[in-house]
Amino acid sequence: MERNTFFPVVLLFLIFGNAIAGIVEVCPSCTINSIKKGVAVAKEYDTVLVKKGTYYEYNIYVDKPLTLKGHNYPIIDGQKKGEIIKITSDHVTIDGLFIINVGVSYTTDFAAIRVTKSENFTIQNVVLEKLFFGIYLEKSSHGKVYHNKIIGEAKDEYNSGNGIQLWYSHYVDVSHNHVQGTRDGIYLEFSDNITITKNTSTKNLRYGLHFMFSDNDVYTQNTFEENGAGVAVMFSRNIDMINNTFKKNWGTSAYGLLLKEINDAEIQNNTFSENTVAISIEGSNRITYQDNDFIKNGWAIRVIGACYTNLFTGNNFMHNSFDVSYNSKLNDNEFRSNYWSNYTGYDLDKDGIGDVPYRPVKLFSYIANKTPETIILLRSLFMDIIDFSEKVSPVFTPDNLKDAQPLMKKRL
Amino acid sequence: MINISDLHKKFGKNEVLKGIDLNIEHGKIYAILGPNGSGKTTLIKSVLGMVIPDKGSIEVLGEPIKKGWKYRKQIDYLPQIANFPGNLKVNELIDMIKDLRNDKGNADTLIELFKLQPYCNKKLSNLSGGTKQKVNLVLAFMFNSQLLILDEPNTGLDPNALIQLKELIKKEKENGKTLLITSHVMQFVEEVADEVIYLLEGKIYFKGTLKALMAKTQQTNVEHAIAALTKTEGYG
Amino acid sequence: MGKVLKYSFYDLIRSRWSYIYFFFYLALGFVLLFLNNDLSKAVITLMNIIIVLVPLIGTIFGTMYYYNSKEFTELLLAQPIKRSHIFLGQYFGVAGSLSLSLALGLGIPFAAYGLLKSNAIFDFALLLVVGIFLTLIFTALAFNIAIHNENKIKGFGYAVLLWLFMAVIYDGIFLLSLIIFEEYPLDTFSMIATALNPIDLSRTLILLKLDISALLGYTGAVFKKFFGTQIGFWASMLVLVLWNAIPIFLLKYKSSRKDF
Repeated sequence: MERNTFFPVVLLFLIFGNAIAGIVEVCPSCTINSIKKGVAVAKEYDTVLVKKGTYYEYNIYVDKPLTLKGHNYPIIDGQKKGEIIKITSDHVTIDGLFIINVGVSYTTDFAAIRVTKSENFTIQNVVLEKLFFGIYLEKSSHGKVYHNKIIGEAKDEYNSGNGIQLWYSHYVDVSHNHVQGTRDGIYLEFSDNITITKNTSTKNLRYGLHFMFSDNDVYTQNTFEENGAGVAVMFSRNIDMINNTFKKNWGTSAYGLLLKEINDAEIQNNTFSENTVAISIEGSNRITYQDNDFIKNGWAIRVIGACYTNLFTGNNFMHNSFDVSYNSKLNDNEFRSNYWSNYTGYDLDKDGIGDVPYRPVKLFSYIANKTPETIILLRSLFMDIIDFSEKVSPVFTPDNLKDAQPLMKKRL
Repeated sequence: MINISDLHKKFGKNEVLKGIDLNIEHGKIYAILGPNGSGKTTLIKSVLGMVIPDKGSIEVLGEPIKKGWKYRKQIDYLPQIANFPGNLKVNELIDMIKDLRNDKGNADTLIELFKLQPYCNKKLSNLSGGTKQKVNLVLAFMFNSQLLILDEPNTGLDPNALIQLKELIKKEKENGKTLLITSHVMQFVEEVADEVIYLLEGKIYFKGTLKALMAKTQQTNVEHAIAALTKTEGYG
Repeated sequence: MGKVLKYSFYDLIRSRWSYIYFFFYLALGFVLLFLNNDLSKAVITLMNIIIVLVPLIGTIFGTMYYYNSKEFTELLLAQPIKRSHIFLGQYFGVAGSLSLSLALGLGIPFAAYGLLKSNAIFDFALLLVVGIFLTLIFTALAFNIAIHNENKIKGFGYAVLLWLFMAVIYDGIFLLSLIIFEEYPLDTFSMIATALNPIDLSRTLILLKLDISALLGYTGAVFKKFFGTQIGFWASMLVLVLWNAIPIFLLKYKSSRKDF
């Protein structure tokens, strides 16, 4: 709903603003040879057109509504001295700039572009390299972060920043961005009603996407690949996670998706492939997991701590080392009508539903939780025998945890 | 031809050969005799390299056999029990042995001699004991080696075949071959052997011509002579 | 050795057992593919079967062949052939015909289901390599057992026991020791324990393919280095080669000293 009203407003301003506004040209050989000068000269709703060249500038304050537009990707080199662009006014558009060498500090979070307490901003077609923080929105709402490319070289968590950070910002549309090599690709803290669409977040040190205390957000059609962990959703409510791809998030505490203290979320049509843990769930309730594909993960679903009234239905569980692992004997979650490639039952009445229930929790996953080294015994005959005996009479795994209507064929 | 000195062999605690010294001369037929368990087969197998001696040396044609295998090209061996790989047909077996020895041999005349033609395309597992022994004989006599070792050649043979066998042995001797034969049938030994080697409890108890054996035991037939030998031993 | 190998192999490929073994794999392959209609899933199921079954068949067939070919051996011993060549020839004859049955028995159904055009071909190739290694190793172990035991029944008993130990009991002891000593750093121990059992070793080669995501969840540094890089694959291959070379060497050693 919000996005629909928000879009025309921005468009109106762009068209209207350009129509009446002047253009201020900045180039290295012009009289106005720095962006700072350009911004200073420009009147409200003007366009500052930055021509190709390298500008050694930092601390550029944009304190009035204007469009800062690069022509053929001019380079702004901050020489690692501090923040590069700081926006403190509403109605600012940043477009087509190549920003490098943001200052690194242990005390101040320098960003390539910071938006503070402003509304109706647009940041698009920007390329950021050698950065600390990338695009930092604080207490800024109703904006758009579109089609930017953020390439970091983060090595350690303590001296690296996030690609796109939202703090107390609402109704922002983050789409078509590519973020890699930062700490968290996209980080949301106390930010509600955000839509995150068609972004690619890869090779980030910590999370591809990270929610903290943020409610009513939606992320769809994003790809999270080879991050420390794909997406972490913590202490948030009403998050919709639809049509995303979580891939190859490998490592000791790596997962495609981490849910911690999450209530009332929808997780639909996502693909989780080749993650150490596809979804790790802790203290999360009333979540629907529907029509997702879990392919070749170490653990498809790992449940730690109390999780109640979750529903898993219509999912494909294919060739995972472990389909579901639990660390307790209690179960209040429902598994219904999923496809399990490890299912060995039969379907005599040919209704497409297996006649015997499938128990997705193996005793071995319980053992491997307690003593991780035992993972080396995966697929050994001894383990199969033990798993079989547990299947026949469950002692360690939840007795009622079963899919009573396992599908015979995978959902297409 | 064969020179054995101080040959010892133990199987576990059982001392089978206790110092054998033996010289086999070229062109003679030797019969190795002795009661069951006296070490006849072990002695033969030592010469063939199937049993590895604990002590002592064996020379065949002037060469020590230790760790060698090429000298077996000069030996034809007829094993005591005619067991063959059951899957093979008779002619396949013969072809295989020819191939293994790189020698064409003259199997055809022998097959004719023992009237084995009807069996050539039969599997060895389907043959009777006597027929198997005939095949065994074909394999042993088909090559032109200087030394022939026959372990109980006459077991299971019908009288006709036995006559053929004796003929064969005679012919080989005429060709200047050396033969080592073990047998329990004294009549057979009497007919073919030039010299007798009598083994008892792992030692050579007697070695000499048949005449010398008779003279020593003052008997007129080999059977009794052998029995007498054993008795003498028995009384100490 | 070539000639002995030729005749052993020739003898074996005409024996009923080779056909049974061949048709068993052929049927297994077709049934799995028919039931799953999915090459990769069939490959996974096969891997589970192969690492258990191939060693069993290798040991049983190896001992059986050794005892059954006693006559053939004795026939050969009197021939001008080097002793070690007789046994190695027979060994490679058995292992070769078993490997051939395995490769053809599984290869035909998978090729018929379009393996060559599928991504599963590498997994399948690994499966065959592992299967052939296990055949070679367990046949060699079986020959060693047989050559040390004149008594057929005793030899069979030891062979089956060896299989049972390697396939099941070993892992049980392994698991127990991991659980009992869980407070200690165990990754070096578990790597060594894996290397000491060829079935476990083959299993890890397969794990590297199928369960790399799960394996990388474990913290141990040695583990990580082993599974996270190519080192794991090549080290396992090397140890498999050793597992094969040592019994062959022992067989050669024993065969040159044994009385017949």
